[in-house]
Amino acid sequence: MSSLILTTTSRLILPAALIFSIYVLLRGHNEPGGGFIGGLIAAAGIAVHAIPRGRTGLIALLRVWPKALIGAGMLLGIAAGIPALLLAEPFLTQQWPFASLPIGTTLVFDVGVYLVVIGSVLTFLSYYLEN
Amino acid sequence: MEPVFALAFGVMVAVAAYLLMSRNVLRIVLGLLVLGNAANLSIFLAGRLDSRIPPLVPAGETMLVGGANPLPQALILTAIVISFALVAFTVVLFESAHRRLGTLDAEAMREAEPRPAEKSVTEPRRSAPAKVTEHA
Amino acid sequence: MMNADLLLTLPILFPALGIALCALFWSNKNAQRAINLAASIGLLGSAIALMAAVHDGTVLVTRFGNWDAPFGIVFVADMFAAAMVLITGVMAVAVGVYGLAGNIEPKENAFYHLLYQGLLLGVTGAFLTGDIFNLYVWFEIMLISSFGLLALGGTRDQLDAGVKYVTLNLIATTFFLISVAFLYGLTGTLNMADIARVLPTVENQGLVTTIAVMFLMAFGAKAAVFPLFYWLPAAYHTASAPIVAIFAALLTKVGVYAIIRTFTLLFDGDAGYTGPIVAGIAIFTMVTGVLGAASHFDIRRILSFHIISQIGYMLFGIVVATPLAVGGSILYVIHHIVVKANLFLLAGVVNRAGGSFDLKKTGGLYRTMPMLGVLFLIPALSLAGLPPLSGFWSKFTVIKASLDAEHYILAGAGLMVGTLTLYSMVKIWNEAFWKAAPENATAAMQSWQADRRTRLIMLSPIVALACVTLTIGFFAEPFVDFSMRAGAQLLDQSVYIDAVFGPAEQLAEVNP
Repeated sequence: MSSLILTTTSRLILPAALIFSIYVLLRGHNEPGGGFIGGLIAAAGIAVHAIPRGRTGLIALLRVWPKALIGAGMLLGIAAGIPALLLAEPFLTQQWPFASLPIGTTLVFDVGVYLVVIGSVLTFLSYYLEN
Repeated sequence: MEPVFALAFGVMVAVAAYLLMSRNVLRIVLGLLVLGNAANLSIFLAGRLDSRIPPLVPAGETMLVGGANPLPQALILTAIVISFALVAFTVVLFESAHRRLGTLDAEAMREAEPRPAEKSVTEPRRSAPAKVTEHA
Repeated sequence: MMNADLLLTLPILFPALGIALCALFWSNKNAQRAINLAASIGLLGSAIALMAAVHDGTVLVTRFGNWDAPFGIVFVADMFAAAMVLITGVMAVAVGVYGLAGNIEPKENAFYHLLYQGLLLGVTGAFLTGDIFNLYVWFEIMLISSFGLLALGGTRDQLDAGVKYVTLNLIATTFFLISVAFLYGLTGTLNMADIARVLPTVENQGLVTTIAVMFLMAFGAKAAVFPLFYWLPAAYHTASAPIVAIFAALLTKVGVYAIIRTFTLLFDGDAGYTGPIVAGIAIFTMVTGVLGAASHFDIRRILSFHIISQIGYMLFGIVVATPLAVGGSILYVIHHIVVKANLFLLAGVVNRAGGSFDLKKTGGLYRTMPMLGVLFLIPALSLAGLPPLSGFWSKFTVIKASLDAEHYILAGAGLMVGTLTLYSMVKIWNEAFWKAAPENATAAMQSWQADRRTRLIMLSPIVALACVTLTIGFFAEPFVDFSMRAGAQLLDQSVYIDAVFGPAEQLAEVNP
């Protein structure tokens, strides 16, 4: 489906959606937001970009297949739980390596969720774009 | 509020049961959707409906006072995400079944379990399937 | 010595890693095979470690994210759960190796290995979790993987089977979710140990019984018991041999596990009401299953109906609720998983070497491969319950338990169904192995005999599983003893509850 209006506006929507999605992702630490909703926003932005350009446009933008994003996201999610196991604490116990910065394994997990959501939405989308 | 929600739950289950008993697989998908939403409603109902304040702990405090029960919301969110994935899969499956089998009638889908006598019967058993397909 | 957190996390960590890596390397078939096998072996190894830690009766608990027990999600491993995880690991490796014979079956597209690990993840999680909503989530992971595996080939009969399988299973899980909601509304908690503490104090015990029956229906549909089993014979025979073997081994057994778990831990209060219902269900499940099998001539359909018939025996423990009966049920589940999966793997060999799954179009396998006949007879006679194989001991314990408790009809049905099972097994033997090979079967036999690598890959898991059956049969004592202790542990809820909350703690305030 190629449409001049969608092609033009998607150039604006994509960066805006990506920046906003990252804001929502980081905001999720203490306020409403987080990896899931951030991922959905980013996926919506990418979908708007991909729908007029087709499947090749989607892959050209992502550089990888959407399934690889799911795998990478799951790996990050698992990796977020491992440090706790190494410290003999239950799996997924939050770890805060920097005393002053709120950056810890929770953020890693959220980024993992973010990637899994983007990957799975775009996997579905790429099948529809194929047909 | 509880009686209203309970009634809505009952109506939704009834609608879902009606749609699920249809022979048209498209209606069956709709029935599954309504049933899933009825389940979500029942979780919401089970978590009590006494507060409308968002369950957010204000900055500087450690206790949630007067907020709604956050647990059902988390459960429903999980259930919605899961049922979204399942329904998406179901639609794709039914669509490809429709394409390969050429019918939307669940009764006419007998590829996996053919009737023993079917080989000798030349005429379709009923004429209804064609109409159902057209309707969709 | 590993700590409990690690022991309980590893069995789900390996399949989860398997999924992640399969998704990352989804275009590389060889990498996927290696990942699949490595993750399955990891699962088996971690399950052995878990079993070593709990076989003496200790109950291990981990609290994910270090959240306290009624609020966070806990994983609990008692002897029953650990045994189920161990047998899952064994099946994962055996069927995983068998699946390597691939190229033709299963149609090895990019998703097979990923979904296989997804199935293992869901099953293992369902066995270990101590949280009823989390159990729902694991059920869904297992289900969506099984949906994918079933429809993987995309043939006409698979799509047709998929429609019925997906619809009926989705209704069942939604019913499960509604039951969870009602239980939560009644008790205000989702932690199973906490529910077990709170349920006896609930004023309206009638509601508890209602919810118990709702759970029985939801899990009963998963376990394929009598009025709710229609999805199973509609679907199983369309999938390829390794996929249907792992389905037969694990899917219905998760339903049985959930029934045994909830009805020993949560809903033991009103056994006078649910007992006769379950007894009726068990009898009808056994009889309809075995009669359905008698009417078919496709090996896979015969075996599918036998799954249903055998589920009936596994419910004896819930009807009788003595340590002997519950232990017998546990032994039955373990024996059945090994034997049934092995029979489906053998069905794959019959198809490959004999040319067809249809008994009318194959034959003569005993003449060309007498050893295969022996390999078939071990699980087949064990399924029918002939001594001294594993099926005899498990049937013996459940029937003895029901006789002790004076459930004579139940015991009689169990004995009669055993005989009819033998009939179906003899039918497969006569048709596939004994009678002369039909004309069209020789080509398949020649290609089978020419391909030494495939033969090795397909037969080695069958030999290994037959050895497991023989071991349980000839050295039954430790297995029976373990099952009895696991059954006694299940019937004493305080063991489970104390492990989750610590023994001294008082009944926490209910927080709806």
